[in-house]
Amino acid sequence: MDILNAIVLLLNYTIIPALSYGSQLALGAIFVTLIYGVLRFANFATGDMMSFGTMFAVLLTFYFQSIGISLGVLPTALLTIPFAIIMMILYMLSIDKFVFSYYRVKKSPPVVLAMVSVGVMFVTQAIIRIIIGPFDRRFLDGEKFILKANEFKEITGLNEGLTIKSTQAITIVVTIIVVSIMFWFLNKTKTGTSMRAYSDNEDLALLSGIDPKKVVLLTWIIAGILATVGGVLYGLDKSYKPFVYFNNMLPIFAAAIVGGIGNPLGAFLGGYVVAFGEILITYAYKKFFTYILPSSLEPNSLMQLLSTDYKFAVSFSILVIVLLFRPSGIFKGLRI
Amino acid sequence: MAFFEGNNMTAGYGTGPDIINSCSINVNRGEIVAILGPNGAGKSTAMKAMLGLLKLKSGSILIDGKDITSLSPQDRVKSGISFVPQTRNVFADLTVRENLEIGAFLRTDDVDKVIDEIYELFPILNEKKSQVVGELSGGQRQQVALGRALMIRPSVLMLDEPTAGVSPIVMNELFHHIIKVKNTNVAVIMVEQNAKQALSISDRGYVLVTGQNKFEGSGNELLQDPEVRRSFLGG
Amino acid sequence: MKQYLNVVTAYIIMFTLIIFVGVFQSWSQALSILNYCLISAVMTIGANIQWGYAGLINFGIMGYTALGGLAVVLVSVAPVPEAWKAGGINMVGSLGIVVAMIFLIRYVLKRIQKSKQRNYLIAGIIVIGILLIRLVAGPGIESIEAVEPAKTGFLGGLGMPILFSWIVGAFFAGGLAYIIGKIALGLRADYLAIATLLIAEIVVSIIKHEDWLARGVKNVIGLKRPVPYEIDLQTAPWFINLVEKLNSGKLKVIDTISERQDVLNQLVIDASSVYVKLCMAGLFLSVVIILLIVTQKALYSPWGRKMRAIRDNEDAASAMGKNVVKEHLLIFILGSAVVGLAGAMMVTNDGLFTPGSYRPMRYTFVIWVMVIVGGTGNNFGAILGGFVVWFLWVEAAPIALFLINLFTSHLPETNALKIHLIESAPYFRFLMIGTGVLLIMRYRPQGILPEKIIKQ
Repeated sequence: MDILNAIVLLLNYTIIPALSYGSQLALGAIFVTLIYGVLRFANFATGDMMSFGTMFAVLLTFYFQSIGISLGVLPTALLTIPFAIIMMILYMLSIDKFVFSYYRVKKSPPVVLAMVSVGVMFVTQAIIRIIIGPFDRRFLDGEKFILKANEFKEITGLNEGLTIKSTQAITIVVTIIVVSIMFWFLNKTKTGTSMRAYSDNEDLALLSGIDPKKVVLLTWIIAGILATVGGVLYGLDKSYKPFVYFNNMLPIFAAAIVGGIGNPLGAFLGGYVVAFGEILITYAYKKFFTYILPSSLEPNSLMQLLSTDYKFAVSFSILVIVLLFRPSGIFKGLRI
Repeated sequence: MAFFEGNNMTAGYGTGPDIINSCSINVNRGEIVAILGPNGAGKSTAMKAMLGLLKLKSGSILIDGKDITSLSPQDRVKSGISFVPQTRNVFADLTVRENLEIGAFLRTDDVDKVIDEIYELFPILNEKKSQVVGELSGGQRQQVALGRALMIRPSVLMLDEPTAGVSPIVMNELFHHIIKVKNTNVAVIMVEQNAKQALSISDRGYVLVTGQNKFEGSGNELLQDPEVRRSFLGG
Repeated sequence: MKQYLNVVTAYIIMFTLIIFVGVFQSWSQALSILNYCLISAVMTIGANIQWGYAGLINFGIMGYTALGGLAVVLVSVAPVPEAWKAGGINMVGSLGIVVAMIFLIRYVLKRIQKSKQRNYLIAGIIVIGILLIRLVAGPGIESIEAVEPAKTGFLGGLGMPILFSWIVGAFFAGGLAYIIGKIALGLRADYLAIATLLIAEIVVSIIKHEDWLARGVKNVIGLKRPVPYEIDLQTAPWFINLVEKLNSGKLKVIDTISERQDVLNQLVIDASSVYVKLCMAGLFLSVVIILLIVTQKALYSPWGRKMRAIRDNEDAASAMGKNVVKEHLLIFILGSAVVGLAGAMMVTNDGLFTPGSYRPMRYTFVIWVMVIVGGTGNNFGAILGGFVVWFLWVEAAPIALFLINLFTSHLPETNALKIHLIESAPYFRFLMIGTGVLLIMRYRPQGILPEKIIKQ
């Protein structure tokens, strides 16, 4: 019984939150890694681009709610994702056309493109704040919980409750769907293979007749989908605040590098490594040990490795360690 | 008249001096032609000019009697000219089979059949077809590179220093494969540093010096020529 | 000659703009902008040393700035004896553990061959060290933070003169840069950018959350000043006389004595703030000038030539026997130290240390924009960039407001769009800065004042 309680405790406070947070990071990290792999620069506008897509989902959700459209138990925002994705892709393509393509044609070094992306970051932040403002907004509606703690306790008779928020379930399910489709596309279709080929060896891809314009277009489209979905899922789970999205760029970068930048599968797993790292290292295990240890050994401290204030710091430390010992990422060479 | 001809080609980079000067190279189907010469003689430049990576100032390039001098590199690929660069000539992150598929990117017909042909030519590729190319040995990689280039069923195959940086054993194996390719009725042009070995498998050879044809002749003739031996083959 | 003309023209335009602010807004405001421009200029000199001289991207400016600020608190604030009594021993013990950890790791690195076991050993040392520190420091931190939490709750500083803290700030930042440089300088340029960005976040989050150190997000206020206080000036007879003399024309036309006294009081209050800011500006300007002279000398010295050679062709330089990594580390430390100095100057100027305000947008990216806009590799350009961008950053909102009113003047005051736009005016600064960067990167990639090609 105590063992079960301990497991439920961990599930409730670490594993489920880490899975859903990890999924959100994973989507962002694949976005970073795709841009890096194909367009060859570190995109410092990552967080703000995700924020841009989410903004449309938020606005459309409010609009749909005002005219009475809803998805019942599911959040209305899910319905708005396709529209938000379209707006997002249009925005990204116009940024690419007016900003990035110039440097690509000129074959500027990646550093220059990274600097340019800083400019894009400023502009995007401005547009977002002018349109929707800097405030914290919640746009989750529908059923909030799939499983509530006391229901779980009643059913199982355990001391510990298990809560599953609907946003957590939606995050995990949607991530699995989106990421599977993406990997299917990248690995099993001719166009997807040509994208990977271009990312691997640009000159040879050109010699083989691959059209670079098409590859770039496709990359932005996939990136737009990932960024919007990731952003909306994060916003549903927590809330939508532009500044927070900007900051999310940091753990997302950490995830992408931990996974080996340029490698989508690595980025996907990197998201979970960072999320689990953050949550497991800052979780206080006192209660967990009270369950599994005999009462004579019960700990009197919190049994917490680092205080939760250092959540971000943990993911960055993971990154620094990876950079030190395996700069090409811990999932080097791993593929589907 | 030969199947593929580069006639009196003159070209250079940008506004700089001409690197090749009235240089002529021709090759027939089922023939291996080696382009040799000291460093800076313009071997690679001549190849780039024939591929269309470099614009000619004067001269012409013909394939099967058709003038392709003004075509872009991509369009030359479509007219049957394939190229294996010296370095980075495979997609290291992709599997062997994916490499071949990308080689046939422009083909719309049955790719599987061509891939089977390549597997027949290079059986090891069939064994390793789902392995990532980056994990293969140097010799196997070179076969992938050849296979990728052959996927468009080219009539002319150009190789830029295929044996640069490989061990002597691998070099022999590679030359053996190049002969196999030639026997499928492909015209092969290769730029080579390992002159002696290259000439031993070549039907003909050109020796370029300062961008001009200095010697030409059959492989044996060049190997025997005392002057060529003294200057390029090390006695 | 034309080069110098450009520099002179650009600076004249900039100072005219600041004078404009003085005339149309207020002199106090103009001097605030000038002071921040000067601080920004120091930061850009620091970033420019790294980017312009060596091509290193340091997105960790925020971290060094914060460390510089921390130095001000640790040096200038009076110590809190109660807190030292409550938990001083624990903290000194923890420091001892940290030092022991560093020496242990150094020992392991030196004596044991590079291997998996060594990595595990180091990881083990770090984990055990952290646990030990938590054990030792935990109770100490609690008791320190319990000492008058509303006023102190931290160990305080050394109670030394604040100007000394500027040097300490530079040393702090340089020390951090040494560690980061050792870790990250071998990385590719864009990895280095990301790594430094994240490490700066770690630094700031430590300063934010370790309340015993510098009160964390509770801020430290009322820091000492290297210049007089307004309050003292307002009661100092020499100052009142000076103000009276300067404004004698204005005061003469006022008839009644009480009214004249009121006006004079107001003038004294205004003048005291201007005077204080002028003193600050003098201090900052001397720092900028000293740095400028030193960096210019360095740039045109054999060492500067070597650095540029390394930047322009790392492989060739290293083939010629230049130790690229060592030079990069040196540049990284020097540049960061200058940024740390700027961080200390900024906290001194503000008179308060607010760890919660250190955000990458303001302290890293805006500084980078300054470097790019001004002209990389050119110190005059970098300083000008600091001026221009800071000026825009501050004046963007009023400019935007003016433009919005201009373009929506035909709309009624109640128009929703107009109201929304007016409310959004502050965010137009991001738009202006962003478009500015994009335009400069596209049409003048070398910045307003490009790096000169030095003819030998």
